Amino acid sequence: MIKINNKKDERKDVLRLENLTIKFGGLTAVDSFNGYLKEGELIGLIGPNGAGKTTIFNMITGIYAPTYGTVTFNGIDITGMKPYVITHLGIARTFQNIRLFSDMTVLENVLVAEHSWLQNYKARKILHKHEPEKFPRPHWKPWFWSAVLKTPDYLKMERHMKDYAYELLKAVDLDKFAHLKASALPYGPQRKLEIARALATRPYLLLLDEPAAGMNPQETQELAEFVQDVRKKFSVTILLIEHDMKFVMKICERIYVLDYGKIIAHGVPEEIQNNKRVIEAYLGDESYV
Amino acid sequence: MGTKRISFKTNFILTTVFVIGVGFLLLAASHSVGDYWVRIITLMAIYSIMAISYTLVNGVTGIFSLGHAGFIAVGAYTAALLTLPIQQKTMSFFIAPLIWPLNSIQMGFFPATIIAGLVAAFAAFLVGYPSLRVTGDYFAIATLAFAEIIRIVIQNSYSITNGSLGLKGIPPYTNIWWAWGWLLVTIIVIGSLKFSSYGRALRAMSEDTVAAGAMGINVFKHQLMSFVVSGFFAGIGGALYAHWLTTIDPRPTSLGIMLTFFVLIMIVIGGLGSISGAVLGAIFFAFAAQWLRIVESPMNFFGITIPGIPGMSMLIFATVFILIMLFWRRGIMGKDELSWQYIYDHFAKKAGDQD
Amino acid sequence: MSHLAQNLINGTLLGGLYALIAIGYTMVYGILRLINFAHGDILMWGVYFALYMVIALSMPWWLGFIVGIVLAGLLGFSVEKVAYRPLRNAPRISALITAIGISFFLESLAVVVFGGIPKSFNIYPKFFNKIVIFNHLRIQMLTFFILGVTFVLLFGVLWLLYRTKTGTAMRAIATDIPTTSLMGANVDNIISLTFIIGSMLAATSGIMWAMRYPQVQPYMGFVPGLKAFIAAVIGGIGSVPGAVVGGFILGMTEILVVGFFPNLAGYRDVFAYVILIVLLMFRPTGIFTVYSEQKV
Repeated sequence: MIKINNKKDERKDVLRLENLTIKFGGLTAVDSFNGYLKEGELIGLIGPNGAGKTTIFNMITGIYAPTYGTVTFNGIDITGMKPYVITHLGIARTFQNIRLFSDMTVLENVLVAEHSWLQNYKARKILHKHEPEKFPRPHWKPWFWSAVLKTPDYLKMERHMKDYAYELLKAVDLDKFAHLKASALPYGPQRKLEIARALATRPYLLLLDEPAAGMNPQETQELAEFVQDVRKKFSVTILLIEHDMKFVMKICERIYVLDYGKIIAHGVPEEIQNNKRVIEAYLGDESYV
Repeated sequence: MGTKRISFKTNFILTTVFVIGVGFLLLAASHSVGDYWVRIITLMAIYSIMAISYTLVNGVTGIFSLGHAGFIAVGAYTAALLTLPIQQKTMSFFIAPLIWPLNSIQMGFFPATIIAGLVAAFAAFLVGYPSLRVTGDYFAIATLAFAEIIRIVIQNSYSITNGSLGLKGIPPYTNIWWAWGWLLVTIIVIGSLKFSSYGRALRAMSEDTVAAGAMGINVFKHQLMSFVVSGFFAGIGGALYAHWLTTIDPRPTSLGIMLTFFVLIMIVIGGLGSISGAVLGAIFFAFAAQWLRIVESPMNFFGITIPGIPGMSMLIFATVFILIMLFWRRGIMGKDELSWQYIYDHFAKKAGDQD
Repeated sequence: MSHLAQNLINGTLLGGLYALIAIGYTMVYGILRLINFAHGDILMWGVYFALYMVIALSMPWWLGFIVGIVLAGLLGFSVEKVAYRPLRNAPRISALITAIGISFFLESLAVVVFGGIPKSFNIYPKFFNKIVIFNHLRIQMLTFFILGVTFVLLFGVLWLLYRTKTGTAMRAIATDIPTTSLMGANVDNIISLTFIIGSMLAATSGIMWAMRYPQVQPYMGFVPGLKAFIAAVIGGIGSVPGAVVGGFILGMTEILVVGFFPNLAGYRDVFAYVILIVLLMFRPTGIFTVYSEQKV
């Protein structure tokens, strides 16, 4: 396992959070959070209930604007950008309480996420400004009219979207349920579908909010393999929130521990396991340790 | 069983045959049922256009607007002002003369309808842009307020709309072909929109705006787009309606909140979010409104005359409306469409049940 | 100067009437998060009840008014029980659509029962029409009556909400239904009570409205209802004192604008709507309440 302090990590920063702070009324939900993710890492963010983990996700994805601090993604300052722009730039997420489009089919859920391919003009403009040689100047296309008039251009795109959606569903083993309503899926596959849906936006960085919540040990075991598999197959960087300590210890390379909105520990799993403050924070709830 | 998917080709052929069939039925009807019922059949199509455009916003996109009548009114007035004979204009506008250039324009029905749609779409943009910043029932109230503002402005702008006197003598251009032709266009465009990537985005937003945003959908822009498209067809519906009525005025009971209520009843009956449901609801409403006139006129039972009860038909509609909301919220179609696939699945299931 | 004073009195009067209606809106919204579209129509029914008590049952005017108000309270109670209660856990849009349906139903029913033609509401004693003159100010006795009733009721409601146990329960439910029911309050009863009080206040306001513009018709509730809702939004929907202040702000604005720009009289109703829209845009929670985060 990699020791953090050993030598300088040469990989580039995918995400850098600096002094991230948010206040709701008088309450400081997250207090000066500093953290980073290197390319290809799988990092855990843990902490007791109400520690502010999901709030950090919401700040990264633009649902909340931080009171102070910055979020830098691939070198672009994305603080305060709208959620959809952030998704277009390459951050995708799942939700703690599964938020699938339950009236739509499994396939449609994935296709909805692919809709952003048609309309990520704004994000591509930001990317172009940031790295002109890597990202060519985007050209706006009247996709809306093409979609209504069903031009060949659009039909080709739609076919392409469907192919990729099936590919994704195959990857998460849900292709045989493609035409089932999302709400008809059992709990476990719903979690998987949510991950597939997030992957359909073609992210660099995937945020998973308690992917193992409500799963039995065997399912959790499978999920651990699945997450590692996803990381390899789709070459994404992953940040995940989890309650299940075993799960986190097993798959994460580094772990941030949050309590009352503050980082109380940061390190490789072994360090965290033996950290006094972490044990204290979790005391009284032995199931976690 | 039941999972067979009907191919695009079969679908296309069946639909074409169906459309031609409806065309022949209308042709037969226009020669046989008499002028009165031809007018009602025309009205069915006009209502359908209003209902489809309303359900795009209220059902498919899942934002609850109460301003539909405002856009219908804008369309109705725009088209009427463009097609009214100049002579008629000088005659009607006796409180304040009509402003230039409207006082010297008279154009054909088709361009007037298109312009009516565009002006209504622009009105929808102006209303939607600020209103869509709020959500839920606040949006409903904001759009209701805008619709009332539109109505009051029409009522007070004597030199443009003839104010509370209304417009009279609008040429009766709307016939069965214009109405059903425009209905076909409406179904094709809004149907095509609903079953495109954009339509999926709209349906996703109607379920969960936060999740939709996290999936990269610009929620505000898509809601506005749906609102503007809806406004366009509401304007078309208004234009057809004006040339069907031949007299329009800005009373709340004609082009005001009452009309929004009526269209709401249609889409609730048909199922919020379904285009075919909206058409079924509109046809049902137009038909039932005629049929219920019986209750409002005196009846003769074995020599005893029962006096008609004015307002009874509205009461029945209101009762049906509430009962649907309480016990049958899905309506006729729910969010589904009456597609060949739907019919096939339905019968396949029936056959399966019998086995 | 006397022009201004006259307008101020009229503004207070109109504002008070709005405030009484707005209380019902704001209490129901605070508890159920539902815009009770039928509120204005319950008001209208209250006026008709009072009218028929006096005309048909030849009650004395004051008794007729009281019975009318009580019946309106009963109507509000039944509407909640029959139509809103089954939908309490349904999507909020369904409840809103149902409320619109109820409004439409009450209006149509009034047309069927009472006829669509406006009826005169000249059933109060002629004494109210007497005009008192205070240096150049001409004030109808009716004005004193309306102002008196309005202020007594407003203070009564505030007392009930802030100084009694029932009122505390009502305010508690508005913040959190599950917790309050755990604390032993009967949520259903309190919601019913809210509807009864709100409807009675609206009916009182409606009756005084009808005395001032002495007629009654089935659609009379729509515009005052909508305006009162706007008043509730101005004051921050859910807050009773806010609704009262909102009512006065709205009434005063309308009267003053029309009073000083008479050629805008045709656009009188537009002001309220514009205020509403501007407010929703920039401060959707009203001018008094603090912003609260929604949990995602």
